[in-house]
Amino acid sequence: MHRLFARHPSLRPWLLLLPAALWLFVFFIAPLFIVLAYSFLERGTYGGVIWQFTLENLRRTFDPLYFSTFLRSLYIAIVTTFFCLVLGYPLAYYIATRPPRQRGTLVLALMIPFWTNFLIRTYAWLTLLRTHTGLINVTLINLGIIQKPLPLFGNDFAIILGLVYGWLPDMVLPIYAALDRLDISLVEAAQDLYASGSKVFWRVIWPLSLPGVVAGSMLVFIPSLGAFVTPAILGGGKSLMIGNIISNQFLAAHDWPFGSALSTVMMAVMLLATLLYFRAVSSEERKALV
Amino acid sequence: MKRTALSLITAVIVLGLLLTACGGKPTPPPPQKTEAPSAKETEAPAPAATEAPAGVEPAKEIVLYNWSEYIDPEIYTLFEEEFGIKVVEDNFSSNEEMLAKLQGGATGYALIVPSDYTVGIMIEEGMLAELDHANIPNLANLRDDFKNVPYDPGNKYCVPYQWGTTGIGYLSSEVDEPTSWAVIFEPDPNSPTYGRTTMLDDVREAFAAALVYLGYDINTTDEAQLEEAKQLLIQAKAGLSGYDSDTYEDLVAAGENLMAHGWNGDFLVAQEDNEDVAYTVPQEGGVIWVDNICIPVTTPPDQKLAAEMFIDFLLRPDIGAMLSEYTYYASPNAAAEELLPEDFLSDPAVYPPEEVMSRLQYIEPVGEAEALYQRLWDEVKSAPVP
Repeated sequence: MHRLFARHPSLRPWLLLLPAALWLFVFFIAPLFIVLAYSFLERGTYGGVIWQFTLENLRRTFDPLYFSTFLRSLYIAIVTTFFCLVLGYPLAYYIATRPPRQRGTLVLALMIPFWTNFLIRTYAWLTLLRTHTGLINVTLINLGIIQKPLPLFGNDFAIILGLVYGWLPDMVLPIYAALDRLDISLVEAAQDLYASGSKVFWRVIWPLSLPGVVAGSMLVFIPSLGAFVTPAILGGGKSLMIGNIISNQFLAAHDWPFGSALSTVMMAVMLLATLLYFRAVSSEERKALV
Repeated sequence: MKRTALSLITAVIVLGLLLTACGGKPTPPPPQKTEAPSAKETEAPAPAATEAPAGVEPAKEIVLYNWSEYIDPEIYTLFEEEFGIKVVEDNFSSNEEMLAKLQGGATGYALIVPSDYTVGIMIEEGMLAELDHANIPNLANLRDDFKNVPYDPGNKYCVPYQWGTTGIGYLSSEVDEPTSWAVIFEPDPNSPTYGRTTMLDDVREAFAAALVYLGYDINTTDEAQLEEAKQLLIQAKAGLSGYDSDTYEDLVAAGENLMAHGWNGDFLVAQEDNEDVAYTVPQEGGVIWVDNICIPVTTPPDQKLAAEMFIDFLLRPDIGAMLSEYTYYASPNAAAEELLPEDFLSDPAVYPPEEVMSRLQYIEPVGEAEALYQRLWDEVKSAPVP
C-alpha cells in the first residue's frame, strides 16, 4: 500500500478522500444494499429475516392500503414544500437585500430556534394546538371569538403546520445563498432597460435564484415525504404517513422485509422524481438564459 | 450549471446521511458499555458480591430497559449506595418496540421488563438468559401464584415485577363511569367523550379490547373474528383524538381528554394531579398482565451478576413496597404486600375483586397469526377517520 503511493505520487490526493469514502460506504451505501436485499427475503415470525427469496414484499407495497397512504404522504409533502416556498422565498429575499452585517444576524436568528431538539419543539406545538386545553383555542374561546374549539390538532392541518415549521430554514438558506450570489448589476441593467419591477423579478431574479429554489424544495420535500415523528405526535397517530408505516414494520410489526421493501420502493420513486425534476429545471434554466 | 449540479449532489448526499442518521424513532443515546473488570480490580477484595461465583465481579454499571415512569428513581440511589453499582435507565413504550430493538442487535441492556406474552416469545426465540437462583435468594418472597406463572414455570428466566389490568380511565367529574366498551367502540357524536378519547397505540391491547367487546377470545387467530374486530376499531376512530401509550393519563388529568384506554396504575398515579381521574374494567372484561424483569442472553457475566443482584434487591420487602407505592401497580411480592398500606391493598382499581378477576384474560403469543394481527392493525391505523 505504502509503496503503491510512493510509486504513484498522483494517487496521493485520493488518499485524503479515503476516510470519507470509507465512511460513506460503511454507513450509507452498505446499509442501502442491506435494505435492498432484505426486500426480497421472508420475515421471521418475531423479527429478523429468513434467507428465502420472495417477491411478495414488493407486491404488497402496491396493495391499495399502503399505496393510498403513500399518495397521502405525497400530497402532504407537496403542500408542505409549497408553503415553505411561499413563506421562505420572501424571507430569503428580505434577508439577502439587507446590509451585510444585518444579514448575518438575521440568518443566525433564523437558526437559533433550531438548536433545540426537534422532538421538543414538536411537543411544544402540542401545548398551542391541543383541542380543549391548547393555548390558541382556550384564548379564542375566553375572548369570545369562537364558541367551539377549532380542529387544530390530530389532523392533516397539524401535520403540515409542524412540517412547514420544521423544514422552513432548509428552504430559506439555499434560496438566500442563491440570492446572495446574485450579481446586482444584472438587476440594475434590467432596470436601465426599463423593465418593470415584476419583469425584473420574473425575468432576472427568479431564474437566477432557481438553483436555490430547487435545492430548497428538495431539502424540504424529501424529509417531509418520509416524516414520521410529526404525524405521530401532531397527527395524534390517527392519520399515518408512509414513514409511520415503515417505522411500524420495524418497531412493532416485526416485519423487516416488508419495511425494507417499502423503503426501497419509496427511494426509487424519489430518485425518479428527482431526476425528472432536475431535467425539467435545467431545460427551463437554459430557456431562461437564452 | 455544473457547479450547481455538484452542490446539489453534495446536498443530496448530506441529506441522505442526515436521513440515515435520523432514521428510526428518536432514541436516547446508546447505553454506555460497562468496562469489564480489569486484572487489578479482580485482585481487590470484592465489596459486596459475596455470593458471586468465583472469578466474576459484578459490573460497575448496568442498563435497565424499562417502561417509562415504572420505577422509583430512589431505588437506584439506594442500590448504588449499598453495592456501588450504578443503574442507568432507558425506556420503551411497547413490548413490540423493545423486542424489535433487541432483535435488531441492541446489546448493553442487562435488564429488560417484558410483559407475560412477550416473555413467552423471548424464551421461544432463545433471547433470555437463565437466572442463577443462588444470586436471588429473595425469590422466596414472591407470592406463590407468581412462582409458577404459565409462561415461565419456576421463574427460570424471569421474575414478576408488577401486575395490573387494562381497562378504561375517565374523568369522573365530567363523565359517568363507563360500564361497557361500547363507549369506545360505538362512538356517539353527542357524547362529551366524542373526540376526547384515546386508545393504546399497541396492537395486542387494542385488539384485545375489541375482541372482549365482541365476546371473543382475546387470543383468537380466527380471521373472521379478527376482521370483525378490525371493523370495530376503525369505527372507534371517529370518536378518538388519537392513539397514545405514553401520556394518555396526563391528558385525562389535564382535561384535554375525558376517557382513555389504558393501564390501571397509570391512572392511579394521575390521581395525584387530578383526584377526579378514575379507572374501571368494563362489564365485558379486560386484560390482566404481569410485567417481568429478565436478563437478555447477550449480557456478559459481570453485568448478569450485577443484574441478578438488582433483581434480588427489588424483591426485598421494603424495596418491593417502595416500587408499588410509586407505580400504583399491584405487587407480586408477598413480603412487600405486608408493608403496603391497607387502603392500597383494598383498592379495587389495584387489586381487582374476585368478580372482576373472573372477567380478565391474559394476552398470549399467537405465533404465525402475528403477521395477520399486524396487517389488520396497519389497516386500522391507515384507515381514513369514518
